[in-house]
Amino acid sequence: MKLELRGITKRFGSLVANDRIDLVVEPGEIHALLGENGAGKSTLMNVLYGLYEPDEGEVVLDDVPVRFAGPGDAMAAGIGMVHQHFMLIPVFTVAENVMLGHEETKGGALGWLDRRAARRKVAEVSSRYGLAVPPDALVADLPVGVQQRAEIVKALTRDAKVLVLDEPTAVLTPSEIDDLMKVMRRLRDAGTSIVFISHKLKEVKAIADKVTVIRRGKVVGQPSPTASEEELASLMVGRQVALTLEKAPANPGDVILDVRDLRVVDDAGVVQVDGVSFQVRAGEIYAIAGVQGNGQTELTECLLGVEAASEGSVHIGGRDVSQASVRDRLRLGVGYVPEDRLHDGLVGGFTVAENLILDMYDRTPFAKGVGLDLRAIAGNAAERIDEFDVRTPSGGALASTLSGGNQQKVVLAREMSRPLKLLVVAQPTRGLDVGSMEFVHRRIVAERDNGTAVVVVSTELDEVLGLADRIAVMYRGRIIGELPAGASAQEVGLLMAGSTSQASAAAGARGSGSGDE
Amino acid sequence: MSETPVTDVASSSPQPGGPPSRARRAAIWLRSTHPVMLTALAFVASIVVGGILIVITDTPTRKAARYFFSAPGDTFSKAWHAVSQAYVTLFEGAIFDPHTAFKGTFWQALNPLSETLLNATPLILGGLAVGLAFRAGLFNIGAQGQLIFGAIFAGYVGFAWHLPVVVHVIVALIAGVVGGGLWGGLSGWLKARTGAHEVITTIMLNYVAVYLLGYLLTENGFKRSGSNQAISRIVDSNARLPKLFPEPLRVHTGLIIALLAAAGVAWLLNRSKLGFQLRAVGANQFAARTAGMDVGRNYVVSMVLSGALAGLAGCSQILGTNTAITQDIDAGIGFTAITVALLGRAQPWPTVLAGILYGAFQAGGVTMQSRTGTPIDLVNVLQSIIVLFIAAPALVGAIFRLRGTASTSGQQLAKGWNG
Repeated sequence: MKLELRGITKRFGSLVANDRIDLVVEPGEIHALLGENGAGKSTLMNVLYGLYEPDEGEVVLDDVPVRFAGPGDAMAAGIGMVHQHFMLIPVFTVAENVMLGHEETKGGALGWLDRRAARRKVAEVSSRYGLAVPPDALVADLPVGVQQRAEIVKALTRDAKVLVLDEPTAVLTPSEIDDLMKVMRRLRDAGTSIVFISHKLKEVKAIADKVTVIRRGKVVGQPSPTASEEELASLMVGRQVALTLEKAPANPGDVILDVRDLRVVDDAGVVQVDGVSFQVRAGEIYAIAGVQGNGQTELTECLLGVEAASEGSVHIGGRDVSQASVRDRLRLGVGYVPEDRLHDGLVGGFTVAENLILDMYDRTPFAKGVGLDLRAIAGNAAERIDEFDVRTPSGGALASTLSGGNQQKVVLAREMSRPLKLLVVAQPTRGLDVGSMEFVHRRIVAERDNGTAVVVVSTELDEVLGLADRIAVMYRGRIIGELPAGASAQEVGLLMAGSTSQASAAAGARGSGSGDE
Repeated sequence: MSETPVTDVASSSPQPGGPPSRARRAAIWLRSTHPVMLTALAFVASIVVGGILIVITDTPTRKAARYFFSAPGDTFSKAWHAVSQAYVTLFEGAIFDPHTAFKGTFWQALNPLSETLLNATPLILGGLAVGLAFRAGLFNIGAQGQLIFGAIFAGYVGFAWHLPVVVHVIVALIAGVVGGGLWGGLSGWLKARTGAHEVITTIMLNYVAVYLLGYLLTENGFKRSGSNQAISRIVDSNARLPKLFPEPLRVHTGLIIALLAAAGVAWLLNRSKLGFQLRAVGANQFAARTAGMDVGRNYVVSMVLSGALAGLAGCSQILGTNTAITQDIDAGIGFTAITVALLGRAQPWPTVLAGILYGAFQAGGVTMQSRTGTPIDLVNVLQSIIVLFIAAPALVGAIFRLRGTASTSGQQLAKGWNG
C-alpha cells in the first residue's frame, strides 16, 4: 500500500510540532524517519495512527484520502504500529496477546474464545516471514527481541500493509538488531511498507531505502541512504557535529574504586550481580557494556549504596564504604548519574535551580543554619545553566518541562559541580539527540582528564567503544570479559550476547593485566 | 506539585498587530484554567447546584409546582424566595447581619465574622496538617485521631494540673502538640519501619483514638465527677486560650496560633532545609533517595509535624472553643480538614483562605437552618460539590467551556499518591 502524508500540520498551543510535512512511502519500501528527540517524529506518527487529528493536511492511502478517528480506524485501514514500549500483557501467551481486541469466538452466543484459530494464525504469520515467535509462550518469559517480533506478528495478523516501527532498536542487543533487520527486509520484499523511526545513523544507513530527515517539525531533506553519517547528522542537528569523540590516551593514577566479589540479590531472591570484581583508577574511564537487564542497574545502585550488597565489598579511595549510607558516599566524592533520570535523577515538580542542589541543599553555601540561602541557590543555577548550556527559560522552570537532553545536562551539571573522586554514569545518552550526546561525552572525558575515576555503564556499543579506556562486558550478573580500549565492535558485541567462545579470549585479556596501554 | 498556572495566559493567543487589549486579555484569563479561576468557578457551580437542591427540597415550592401549568409564575417566585432566603441568611450568619447589627453594640455586629473565624481556626490547623503531609508524599487521613490525642493531652494538662497564668496555657499547648505529634508519628514510624500504608494506619488509629477517648470519659480522674454525661473535667481558666475581643465574640487566640502556624509551614516548606527534603521526598522519593536523603526518616518527621498541627487543632477545640472534652470534640474537623487542604492545594496561605471559607459555611449554615429551615446539611453538600469540581477540573472546564484541560495541582491532590 502506498502511504502519503500531505502537508500535515499539527500545533500544540503556540508550538508547531509538525509544519506542512509531506511524506511518501511506496509499497515495499523501508522509509527511515530520522530526527532528534522532539523533532516531531512521534507527533507525525500519532497523526498517522489516528491518535491526533491534524490541523491541516491529509493522510492518503493508495491515492484515497482517509480520516482516522482513532487507532481502530487506522488498524482497519492497514496501518500497524510497533511502539517503543510494547503493548503486550506479560501474563498472556503470544497467541492470547495477538487475539486481544480481535477475539474470534465460537459457540455462537456463548462466545468461547477460539484459541486454536489464534494459535494457528500466529504460527502461520510467524513462519511466513521467518519471525520464529512461539504462539504458546508467555510473553513475560520471552526475550525482548522476541516480544518485539510478537508485536510485529500482532500487526501483521491484522493485515497491516504499512508497518510503523518506533525506535525499535533501542531495546535490542546487537545480534537482535541484526535479526530485526532481516525481518524488516523480508517484510519489505513481501510488499509491506515500513516506516522506521530512529535517530541512530548507522541503522538508518544499513536498512533504509529512503530517508526523510525532520528537524523542528519540518522536513529538512531527503538524503540518500548512502550519505555519510556526518552528513546525516549535520542535517538532523542543523550544524556540524563531530561524531567521533576526540580524546587523549588515559593517564591512570591510583586505584580509586575497588569492587571485590560483589553479590546483589534482589527482593524476589534473584541474583542480579553475581560475584563482580573490578578496579578503576583515577583518570580512566571504565566502561561496562551489556544488554539491559544483566545486572548493570543493580551494580551501579550498589556502588552508590541505594541497593545493599549481600556479599562482597566496595572500597572508594581506599576506604571500605560497603556499609556507608548514600549520603556518606556522596560526601566522599562520588558523583552519580542514574540511568533513569526522571525516576532517580530529578524531581520533575522541582525547579531547575532546586534540582541543581538536590544532593547539596544541606551544605554551604546553599544552607544557612536551618534555612536555605535562596540567593546562593539562584546564583548557582545561573552559573550551572550557563556552564552546561542548559536550554531553559530560567532556573525557575520546572525540570519536567525540559527536554530529555537538557534534563540530563541538569543532572550532569549537579553531579560535576563538586569535587569528585569517582563518577558513575549509567546510560549517559539514553534518549538524547546527537547534539546533546556530543556534549555529554565531552564532559565525561573532561572529568576523566581532571583525574576522576569514571565508570560508564551503557548498552550502546558505539558509546562504550568511543568513551572507554577499558571495557568490561556484563552478562547475567557477571563480568564475563574485560577488553582494552581498542577492542572491535564485534568482540564486544559477541560478549554482550554471552558468547562463551569469546569469554575465554576475554579471560585471557583480563589475565594479561589491566589492559591499559 | 506544580505551583505554576497551567495555561500561560500571556502567550496563549498571539495577536496579529500589537498586544491584545486589556479586555481581551481579561477574557483569555477568565477562560483559562488558572487555579484561582477554577476555584472561583467551582464555587459558582456549587452555588447553582445547591440552589437546585434547595428548590427541590423546599415544601412551598413543591406545592406550587403541583399547579405549575395553571400558574407557573408561582413556582418560580416560590423557588426564588427559597433560594435567595437560604443564601442571604447563609451570608448573614457568616459575615454581616443587618437585622441585628444596628441593635446591639459594635461588637455584636461583628458576631457573624467572629463565628466564622472561630469555626475556621481548627479547620486551618487541620488543613495545614493534611497539606504538610501531602507535600511530603503522605496522605494523612488521621487528622481526626491526632486532633483527639492533642485534645486529650492538652485537656488533661488543662484540668489536672494547676499552674500559674500564661505558663499553664503554654504547657497545655505543648502537651497538645506532643499528643498529636506522637499519634501522627506512630503512623509515620510504621510506614518507615514496615512499609504499612499510612492511609490504612491513620484511619485505623482514628478508631483507636475515638474509642480510647470514649473509655477515658468513663474513668475517674478524667471524667467530671457527679455528672452522668460522658464529659471530662473543666479546663482551668489559666489554661484557656484568651478571647481576642470582648463579649460576646467567641473567637480566641487559637486563630493567631493558626496564622502563625501557616506562616511557619510556609517558611518550613519554601525556605528551610527540612522543607526542601520533605518536598523532595514527597515529589519523587526515588530521586530523593539517590540524592542521599533518608526517606524513612522523612516519613516519620513529616507525620510528627502533621500530627502536631492536628494536635494544635485539638488545643483550639479544648482550650479555646470548648472548656471540656466530650465524645464529639473532633466535630468532623479531622475529615473536613482533608477537603480544606484539597481546596487550598496543600499550600499554606490558600489553605488559610479555604479554612475561612469553610468556617463561614459552618457559621452561616447554623443561622440558615434556624431562620429558614433549610437543613444545615445543604452546607455540607455545597462544601462537597466545590471540592468535587476542583478535584475534577475537566468538569468545570467543560461546564464553562474553558481552554485547555491540562491537569492542575488540585487534580493531582485528588488523584492521590502514585497517581
